[in-house]
Amino acid sequence: MPNRSSSAPVLTVEDLTMYYGTRSGDVQAVDGVSFAVGRGESVGLVGESGCGKSSIAMTLLKLLPENGRIVDGRILLDGTDLAPLSEDRMRTHRWNRIAMVFQAAMNSFNPVYTVGDQIIEALETHIETDPDVSMERVRELYDLVSLDPSFIGRYPHEYSGGMKQRAGIAMALACEPDLLIADEPTTALDVIVQDRILKELRNVQQKLNMSLIYISHDMAVIAEVSHTVGVMYAGRIVEWGETVDIFKNPMHPYTQTLMSAFPSVTGPKHELAMLGGEPPNLLNPPSGCRFHPRCPYATDICRTDEPPRVEGSGTHWAACWHPLEA
Amino acid sequence: MAGATAVGTKPLIRVEGLEKHFPAESHWFRRSDSFVHAVDGISFELARGESFGLVGESGCGKTTTGRLLVRLAEPTGGHVLFDDGEGASTDITTLRGDDLKAFRRKAQMIFQDPYESLNPRRTIFDTVAEPLKVQNACPPLERMERVSRMLEMVGLTPPATYLFRYPHELSGGQRQRVAIARALVIEPIFVVADEPTSMLDVSIRTGVMNLMESLAERLGISYLYITHDLAVARYMCSRIAVMYLGKIVEMGDTEAVLQNPQHPYTQALLSAVPIPDPTATRAPVRISGGVARPLDPPPRCRFYSRCPIADDFCRDNPHPPLEKKGAGQRVACYKA
Repeated sequence: MPNRSSSAPVLTVEDLTMYYGTRSGDVQAVDGVSFAVGRGESVGLVGESGCGKSSIAMTLLKLLPENGRIVDGRILLDGTDLAPLSEDRMRTHRWNRIAMVFQAAMNSFNPVYTVGDQIIEALETHIETDPDVSMERVRELYDLVSLDPSFIGRYPHEYSGGMKQRAGIAMALACEPDLLIADEPTTALDVIVQDRILKELRNVQQKLNMSLIYISHDMAVIAEVSHTVGVMYAGRIVEWGETVDIFKNPMHPYTQTLMSAFPSVTGPKHELAMLGGEPPNLLNPPSGCRFHPRCPYATDICRTDEPPRVEGSGTHWAACWHPLEA
Repeated sequence: MAGATAVGTKPLIRVEGLEKHFPAESHWFRRSDSFVHAVDGISFELARGESFGLVGESGCGKTTTGRLLVRLAEPTGGHVLFDDGEGASTDITTLRGDDLKAFRRKAQMIFQDPYESLNPRRTIFDTVAEPLKVQNACPPLERMERVSRMLEMVGLTPPATYLFRYPHELSGGQRQRVAIARALVIEPIFVVADEPTSMLDVSIRTGVMNLMESLAERLGISYLYITHDLAVARYMCSRIAVMYLGKIVEMGDTEAVLQNPQHPYTQALLSAVPIPDPTATRAPVRISGGVARPLDPPPRCRFYSRCPIADDFCRDNPHPPLEKKGAGQRVACYKA
């Protein structure tokens, strides 16, 4: 786990709520999410498919599809609320101050232009530079993510999966953003390549003292990249805290299940946990605690009332009626 | 190696020098003269009732091997001897016509992606009943009962509520249960499972893994379990083989290989797996470069160009044979 150098938060998210409108009603993808990311801090958002982690990323960048809308809440980037900004105003923040690496970086490049040209285009759209300076900058970026500069003039198909992901990171770093959002950037990669990309990301983050939101379904990857972890379930953050606290003393039953469901290659072979049932339908989420239909500890109150926020040590909290004892 | 055949004495499957070379570029009038060596002369045995794991990164040939073992692909060399215990073993690489169809009744495959492998226009009943129909395994009137029983076994209960639904109405975990039901409904004794849980969420995955294990015990199935995830292999397989560019580089009891890996590639693979403990530190991954395409590979160790311990001997000699090393595993390396 990397060291932290945090002070005032770069990003403060307050009560963020985002719905997708569909013919059958609103899908409540993100529901009342609040958190903060300090300068140079790395926050991991972990959860399973459909828990809203990618939706949060798209909401923060305001890259929502047509049917997605911010219903409530504020997205404060150094004090400026992004939520009500028009697309024109948003464009000055996006990529300059807040950038993103996508899961399918392999497909986010245009196959008919060289990778270098595409990074230069991103640069010139966002900050005015003359061509020589941009080229120099691309070379610096390739150096930063350990890509061979001779690949600048090559096309995406000439890159391997790992190289494309590095190029994706280079492109996201082009304008030196204060905050980088990485959405499952290594999920499609083999472990050896994943290992290198994670190392690269950590290095770059420390070198630039950049804040990072790392989104993943994989608790092990999250353990390696983040200072702070937010565990998501059904559109809500159910537990939040420093990585060590979350892993040593999980308070929410879902966090505990998630961790003990992961088989491990080293150490003793533990019994793998499993959850019954299916993730809830967010068109009509369960009442009370959204986890109650699958929770082994659920009682009547969980079915009817929103769970309270129970504080642990430091910044650690969980939203649960029956938190686990530390 | 297979002194460890736990159940029975004769192996269910013996693979000898299995090979699959794909022509690199096809041309209408010209035969290709370069080949991708996807599977390049591998040998192993799979004991009756055993779950044998093939692990490795994308492009190592593990899926091709699985397809060859159920004859969804034609090998370009080698033999696969299949012994169902009802007579002499047969070489499945030469089967044709009715013999091939009879073999398919005993050997089935489960695919990785339950979103791709089920026909969206067919009901769950149609999908699961299909093998019974093709194989004429039971009278048509009994199909409903067989399918219902199978759905119950894979945990889709009550079956009546699933029979006439379509795949899009089911979650990923439920779809993979349907795919398992389809593979097992004709009671095969050998099943190739190609990354059956890699598309599933962790909380769902354990259930599917447990299901596959209990069904193997109940129905006497042997699995060839293909996975890129060493941790999953640890839970599902008694023995594993690690593949690299079409070759098996290390093979043995799962715990022996994972606790005490001998081949430098296995070591790298293991130390690259993130540990779900923020206070743990991993050994550095010592290999460089990326996986090459096995296009007409030079006649030396396949791992030579990335190996941290290779020397001139490795450069000047052919790919090393699998030899016994360490605690109960075999390793293809001159230097290990």
